[in-house]
Amino acid sequence: MSSTFTGTARLLDALNCGSLTSRQLTENCLERIERLNPTLNAFLHVAAESALRCADAIDKKRATGQTIGRLGGLPIALKDNICVQGMPTTCGSRMLQNFVAPYSAHVVDRIVAEDGIIIGKLNMDEFAMGSSTETSFAGPARNPWNTEHTAGGSSGGSAVAVASGMVPLALGSDTGGSIRQPAGFCGVVGMKPTYGRVSRFGLVAYASSLDQIGPLATDVHGAALLYSVISGHDVRDATSLEADAGDAIRAEEVSLDGVKVGVVDEHFGAGLSAEIKDRVQQAITVLEQAGAKVHTISLPHSKYSIAAYYLIACSEASSNLARYDGIHYGHRATESQNLVDLYCQSRGQGFGAEVKRRIMLGTFALSAGYYDAYYSKALKVRRRISQDFEAAFRHVDVIASPIAPTAAFPLGENVDDPLAMYLSDIYTISANLAGIPGISVPCGFTSDSLPVGLQLLSATRNDAMLLRVADRFQHVSGSQFQLPADLLS
Amino acid sequence: MNVSDVRKVASLARLSLTDEECLSFGTQLTAILDYVKLLDEVDITDIQPMPHAVELQNVFREDEKKPSLDRAAALSNSPDTDGQFFMVPRILEEKK
Repeated sequence: MSSTFTGTARLLDALNCGSLTSRQLTENCLERIERLNPTLNAFLHVAAESALRCADAIDKKRATGQTIGRLGGLPIALKDNICVQGMPTTCGSRMLQNFVAPYSAHVVDRIVAEDGIIIGKLNMDEFAMGSSTETSFAGPARNPWNTEHTAGGSSGGSAVAVASGMVPLALGSDTGGSIRQPAGFCGVVGMKPTYGRVSRFGLVAYASSLDQIGPLATDVHGAALLYSVISGHDVRDATSLEADAGDAIRAEEVSLDGVKVGVVDEHFGAGLSAEIKDRVQQAITVLEQAGAKVHTISLPHSKYSIAAYYLIACSEASSNLARYDGIHYGHRATESQNLVDLYCQSRGQGFGAEVKRRIMLGTFALSAGYYDAYYSKALKVRRRISQDFEAAFRHVDVIASPIAPTAAFPLGENVDDPLAMYLSDIYTISANLAGIPGISVPCGFTSDSLPVGLQLLSATRNDAMLLRVADRFQHVSGSQFQLPADLLS
Repeated sequence: MNVSDVRKVASLARLSLTDEECLSFGTQLTAILDYVKLLDEVDITDIQPMPHAVELQNVFREDEKKPSLDRAAALSNSPDTDGQFFMVPRILEEKK
């Protein structure tokens, strides 16, 4: 039975009414993982035994009439930069190939407390640095809609696992689009919450002022459910915000009537594929027909977001990744002359090319004589970008745009040209700089049957409203979760 | 960025690079640094740097003693340990 393909609400209903047990669902997921993963390369670690043990415990709780948590025995897979005590956490890197997490992330504690089942760890670009999952030491995850194309990245494994029906829910992390872009490329829902909504405790750091954990799901309802479980204040993360006041999964119908949708002209200009432009404009028309009011707005500094982002993210990365010294954990080189040589060799061997490139760029941008010209300037431009959003959200509730300029590109297309790869992040990156929430919702397919995603952004802390608008869009557009035809069985 | 610039930055970053990496990073980082010159167009007069996405100030907590990782867990991922400490190569030169 292909039970993971139905919406999350129906899956939970089935579990709650007893027509499906958590063990059956978990076994079904494990069977699909075993069958599909050799091709798709989404999972780096499968925790079959502990997942089934958890499922049995939840089934038993249910059978004996005990209260069941909000995740009700749903299997959930995690990007491999989120720590689960006793499980490997490789970050897609040779550096952490043998690392076993000694403690669990806050989000893992929350999932377990609400009776979610951790079923395994998912492929990703090395240390979340990449837009195609091609920088993973385990090789790329493959797009289930066309295995010669990228799944996107860096949370490529998370998007593939959901898109191929291996799991109904997954977590990713989004530093510059790393949840939304793979979700768009694979035809699933992916959300980056407001910065600080979800505790980063136990998330391996890449760029700490931008990193945010978020859900991927077959539908907005599932994403909202998982978001509501993992969000909230945590004293262990000093950047953690207060709890979200809005209820993301309010049962009653919310109308799109009068919702103000902002559209930015420059988003639809040169560089955007004609098919993507067409599908996204159709989606905006759907919103309009459902009662939303479309306003043209301006984000004058958005063209500077990639330049500002790569300076800021790489600077933070060069500092964060200094911890990998070959001493406390991670890869250690065996043939070294002295302590400094041990650091250099261990890091040179443990990190892949993209990670080294970003550490180099960040080290340069922070070095004496260049700090003001690069890092400090990028932080000032960041404020300009953020002020643009503040001004825009005085007039509109959400901003609608494409997720990426093209659909999923062929594997190998951009690997030798890092700048070209960076430029593909143009639509997603400014949300991380400004800290605002964003979501990717499927809105059709290209003529080559590759999924197209609609991005919706809202003002900071408006996560619940964003989810409700996205949920209504899914209803009125009639866009149901679809599996690729060859994966239907 | 020429190869000697790349070597200098690599030594600051404690990264050993192959000759091939030095060459390719030189070209790629030069292209990226040329691209980010785009930021020179932006008027940033009187704009304060924005180091964080959602700016919070002075998040304090009580300085209380709480349990932390025990020694075995903390050492469990060490590439070299004697069960009590992280082992490192000799850091002082022997007297010649």
